[in-house]
Amino acid sequence: MANENVSVWTSIPFWRRSAAWVTGFASILLIWLTFDTLGQISMGTDSDLKNGVTKRVPAPTVINYHIDYKMSQKRGHEVPVIGKKEPFFGKEWSPKEARELLHLGKLTSQAKNCMNCHTLLGNGAYYAPDLTKAWLDPAWQKGGAMQGFTGKNTTEEAMAEFLQHPSKYATHARMMPNLGITAKEAKGLVAFLKHMSSIDTNGFPRNFSKTVDQFKAGGTNAH
Amino acid sequence: MLTSIKTNSLTNEGQKLGMMYIRVAIVLFGAQLLMGLIAAIQFIVPGFLFEIFDFSVARMVHINALVVWMLYAMIGSVYLMLTDETEHNVVAIGLGKLAFWVLTAAVTVVVLVYIFIQVGAGSESTIWFINEGREYLEAPRWADIGIVVVVLIFYWNVFATYMKGKKTGIMTVMVANLMALAGLYLAGMFFTDNISIDQYWWWWVIHLWVEATWEVFVGTLAAYALVKIIDAKREIVEMWLWIEVLMLFGSGILGLGHHYFWIGTPEYWWEIGALFSSLEPVPLVAMFVHVLYDWGKEQGANGTKPAIKNGPAMAWLVTNAFGNFLGAGIWGFFHTLPQVNIYTHGSQFTAAHGHLAFFGAYATILIGMMYYGIQRAYGVERMRATFKSKMAIFLITFGVLGMTVALTIAGYEQVLVERAELGANWNAFFTAQDLPWYIQAQIWRTIMGVVTFIGFIYLVWDLITIGKEAKEAQV
Repeated sequence: MANENVSVWTSIPFWRRSAAWVTGFASILLIWLTFDTLGQISMGTDSDLKNGVTKRVPAPTVINYHIDYKMSQKRGHEVPVIGKKEPFFGKEWSPKEARELLHLGKLTSQAKNCMNCHTLLGNGAYYAPDLTKAWLDPAWQKGGAMQGFTGKNTTEEAMAEFLQHPSKYATHARMMPNLGITAKEAKGLVAFLKHMSSIDTNGFPRNFSKTVDQFKAGGTNAH
Repeated sequence: MLTSIKTNSLTNEGQKLGMMYIRVAIVLFGAQLLMGLIAAIQFIVPGFLFEIFDFSVARMVHINALVVWMLYAMIGSVYLMLTDETEHNVVAIGLGKLAFWVLTAAVTVVVLVYIFIQVGAGSESTIWFINEGREYLEAPRWADIGIVVVVLIFYWNVFATYMKGKKTGIMTVMVANLMALAGLYLAGMFFTDNISIDQYWWWWVIHLWVEATWEVFVGTLAAYALVKIIDAKREIVEMWLWIEVLMLFGSGILGLGHHYFWIGTPEYWWEIGALFSSLEPVPLVAMFVHVLYDWGKEQGANGTKPAIKNGPAMAWLVTNAFGNFLGAGIWGFFHTLPQVNIYTHGSQFTAAHGHLAFFGAYATILIGMMYYGIQRAYGVERMRATFKSKMAIFLITFGVLGMTVALTIAGYEQVLVERAELGANWNAFFTAQDLPWYIQAQIWRTIMGVVTFIGFIYLVWDLITIGKEAKEAQV
């Protein structure tokens, strides 16, 4: 049929060739962009943090620093801001220790299947809150509900206590189940959450810092 | 029970193997719906099976059963059409059957571990033996490797049979597309501490499956089905197929960018993702037009008397044309632009889209292929829809549409209150979840889930009986 065609628009070989070219071109472009993106999202180093070099995904030692999430006028959305050093579980973690802790945390997040209730970076299930910036959530800060509830004085300790006994500190009828998270795994998970909050997510979740500011000003985001 | 679907009229071993895959697909489809019902009830009665069979477990089995039944039905469909298209027997049928049993045994073990062991300690061994904890790709690593081996055997059968037999356009697209589909699975088989890199590759599997290679697969099946069911002219169907491949891959491959807005990846994905994913509905419109146009124009174009040879399969094929466009196209486009997605990302909106898209784009045509397989298995010339076929398609479609509408309403509530008004923190999340209209929507979703399940019961009942009845009516 193809040879008898008067019009190219009804020619199978024409469409076959076009399909192959378009697919090939799109694939090559994707592979090229992948190289660029992977370069930009590979983890930074400890010296990047020390020298104030901004990375989209900082080194595991970011757990030794204060992290904030603030509106950037230049970029038009909120961005993570790495601040001064602060102790994490009462100490400063060496690059090796921090890397191992983050490794344990990431493994635990998969082993406990967090993603089938929560979202991480917005991906997962929609049964429980998004964890992207959970580390910065007002509920876990000084004066927030969870520190008082768990009887702990720091964000990391309150989170670790909750993760080990989630149904004991339930805030709503929809509770987190006990997943057998050990004290060590809980520390790892909190490091994983703190690290995730330092990732530059192009302003997702939006408006998050607004409620943090309201909270700090003494208001409440509940109504 | 499903062995009551006989394959007596099949002389071709490849098609018998295809029916073996389809039987398992039906069972897993049922498992998917049951798990979905449990998860839906947990949204409205949070204490239901708490710390016994938690939402995370129900949801994991729900989405895994979904993916696996679809892969089973897809492999089954390929085995059904392989000899037809190539005019050559499947080259390694014994090996193919062995692969089927190995895969089915592995799936059984994986599901039992999901259900009874559920979670493990935070160690590599959990990733290897219990579950990998990455949405859709939860299968532990040992199973990943097993799946790769089984798929290689399947692919070898398809490829070698194709090389030895006739090379139709439909089969050429199938063989090339299956290679991409199978190869992409490898992108999801490694562990990294960097969650951004983790999700970058994770989307290569998920997106490049469901928004690229699976769509091309559906286009290929639709082309084959149109030739077989309404005797459409092959040249017309194959020309459309190449146009679809062009448009689906042209938009879908770089449309991947719409998953890279917020996972740590650079801003340029906003523009790339927005542009190409906005084009993704275009081929779905084309497929819709193609199926309906051909139905009117091409029916009996081979000089035969115009007739629909398989009523229920054709009904599901038309539902596919419509559902693919509506679920994947419209519901996807709703929230694909970054300006909208920054608020809707990871909300019930996503769930609404997910339900209608998986159903509209994939479940429909695969159910159609089940009916087609049964027609062949019983050697029926012309298979008409029964009352049960009609109840099945009506209740399932109505149920899924109802769930989608309910979840869309829940999504609006959640997006406006949790995301826009309150700023997406812990408290904002629960405030939105407790809104009366949100809860009402979740109740309707559960009711519509039950409707879908009743439709499924009709479907199974019909699949078991329709072949025998049609055969008897014929004689």
